[in-house]
Amino acid sequence: MHFDLTDEQESFRKVVADFARAEIAPHAEAWDRDHTFPVDTVRAMGELGLFGLPFPEEYGGGGSDFTTLCLAIEEIARVDQSVAITLEAGVGLGANPIFTYGTEEQKQRWLPDLCAGRALGGFGLTEPEAGSDAGGTRTRAVLDDVAGEWVIDGEKAFITNSGTAITSLVTITARTDVAGSGAAPEISTVIVPAGTPGVEVQPPYRKMGWHASDTHGLTFAGCRVPADHLLGQRGRGFANFLAILDDGRVAIAALALGTIEACLEQSVAYAKERHAFGRPIGGYQAVAFKCADLAVMAETARNLVYKAAFLKDAGRPFRKEAAMAKLYATEGAVTATREATQIFGGYGFMDETPVSRFYRDSKILEIGEGTSEVQRLVISRQLGLPV
Amino acid sequence: MNVVVCVKQIPDPADPGALEEDHTLKRTGKLILDESDSFGVEMALQLVDKAGGGDVTLVSMAPNDETSGLRTALAMGAAKAVLVSDPALAGAGALDTAKVLAAAIGRVEGADLILAATESSDGYTGTVPEQIAGVLDLPSITFAKHVEVADGTVSVQRQTELGYDQCESPLPAVVSVTAGVVEPRYPSFKGIMAAKSKPVDQVTVADLGIDASAVGAAGAGQQIVEVTPAPERQAGEIIEDDGEAHLKIIDFLDGLKVL
Ligand SMILES: Cc1cc2nc3c(=O)[nH]c(=O)nc-3n(C[C@H](O)[C@H](O)[C@H](O)COP(=O)(O)OP(=O)(O)OC[C@H]3O[C@@H](n4cnc5c(N)ncnc54)[C@H](O)[C@@H]3O)c2cc1C
Repeated sequence: MHFDLTDEQESFRKVVADFARAEIAPHAEAWDRDHTFPVDTVRAMGELGLFGLPFPEEYGGGGSDFTTLCLAIEEIARVDQSVAITLEAGVGLGANPIFTYGTEEQKQRWLPDLCAGRALGGFGLTEPEAGSDAGGTRTRAVLDDVAGEWVIDGEKAFITNSGTAITSLVTITARTDVAGSGAAPEISTVIVPAGTPGVEVQPPYRKMGWHASDTHGLTFAGCRVPADHLLGQRGRGFANFLAILDDGRVAIAALALGTIEACLEQSVAYAKERHAFGRPIGGYQAVAFKCADLAVMAETARNLVYKAAFLKDAGRPFRKEAAMAKLYATEGAVTATREATQIFGGYGFMDETPVSRFYRDSKILEIGEGTSEVQRLVISRQLGLPV
Repeated sequence: MNVVVCVKQIPDPADPGALEEDHTLKRTGKLILDESDSFGVEMALQLVDKAGGGDVTLVSMAPNDETSGLRTALAMGAAKAVLVSDPALAGAGALDTAKVLAAAIGRVEGADLILAATESSDGYTGTVPEQIAGVLDLPSITFAKHVEVADGTVSVQRQTELGYDQCESPLPAVVSVTAGVVEPRYPSFKGIMAAKSKPVDQVTVADLGIDASAVGAAGAGQQIVEVTPAPERQAGEIIEDDGEAHLKIIDFLDGLKVL
């Protein structure tokens, strides 16, 4: 048994860390303040190969393992969660469903641009009335046999990467059983190209954090897409997105891990240099022990995240481990950012101090891609409990 | 067009350095690509790209068969490398290094242009590129901030204190590149994977036909006798303004003969 990353994983982690420090960190505060979605940075990340990392080269991908993607997300999250979630959602929710369930033709059409960071995709699962209970989807797609088109009506809420200048598609879940036919409810996934008539991208939300990430509601009114835009088997939409979310949870956990590590690093540095009552604040156990706890949290989160990623790369079951990593690391990130803000005192409450942004950004981690409660449900069910 | 880039692999400047007993820098840990050399690598890649064909070959001399720094430059896009690694080279001075690198460059077929950084970030002698040109009997242009190649001629904007000189030389030639003149690309993941299998021609001093006793500490013709820390900066003189401070400042400046 060993815990070492490969040389290539370490080398690439270093490249992404350098990139994050040079190209993202200096702008993070301004992007957050101005709610700027940094399209040029996304393109530069595309050139670095980040958006295509785990996909085969034939679609423009990098052919890496899943662990390498997690490392990249972790390194970017150390400086900016908004950019990290843009990457996580771009790969995990935009490209991954197409790669995993798409026909050869769908993959050829959509993946090269998504992998290159020239385009972004979104995944529309959540609705105003259905989030954790995603099976309660109300959006409907009705097949018009004559026209050979799906006709979509409904509404999606909080969809990441759905309204950027380079968004090329949003894959949505929709009921495809015929309404009033008495047939069993059936959920399928359909690819909706950006700009399709009948889909309206709502104005961006005003959010507590993730200001530089793109989030919109979408409304569908008589929106028509060709019948061959069905993604995966009809009726398999529910099972398919559950599998997609397993991957996503590990990736979100990696993002949370980067945040915890950044809190640790910045808190320790500050505790050494900030003086109060004649000594560095790190000389008081109240502060030093917070740092010690952050270090334990970072180590534990790292082990959970890398273990889950390892299991996925090894082709072994990882649903429980993904839920555990997501649960622990995201709740850890909320705690870590709160404690780091405390260590920074009044400066911690100021926008110019990165941990203040990290604090605002972290709360969503306990909510998106399955709330903490949902993770506990998944874990409980894996324990065989009848919840 | 084929470009050779001399690259140095150095201890990570982010880690505190340490000295050996003979006062030379400890080079036992993992070595990385000297940032100064990333500019030459980038420039070479751009020149070859512009020329529409050819290869970038790296040449490096480093202890302990070190290739980590080379892999970084290979991941950026260089095609192959020659590495000279030989215990006999410990303690080599600038001229020995130039002789060894010149011999290594000789192993690269059809080199049209040889690039190097003006100076390394750890040694700072700033003499190796010119010495290589001397050993190879090639023209040398230093401090390049812009390089163009056309019709067997290299045109260089040579950085000066006031601006730049426009220089030209027939190829092949040795050109030293100043830091910051191009934006080195980040190696992509594909680049890193590809670099794993790019050829590194690893040779010893004997392979280069050089007499081991003529290079390294034995042949350096120099010795580092002593290393002392730079003196700490002294606290400045504080003049309290009692209404006459300006006179004291004038006296001070007068003493410096700057008035
Ligand atoms: C910034 C942002 C980006 C997002 N991006 C996307 C995206 O790209 N695509 C997408 O589809 N969605 C996205 N979402 C939506 C997100 O996934 C949902 O908000 C989340 O799944 C929770 O759903 P909900 O908001 O409907 O809350 P609800 O499901 O209504 O939950 C409310 C509360 O009840 C709890 N709860 C619900 N059911 C149970 C239960 N059975 N047992 C115990 N507790 C329960 C929840 O844990 C929560 O605390 C995003 C959200 C945000 C804020």
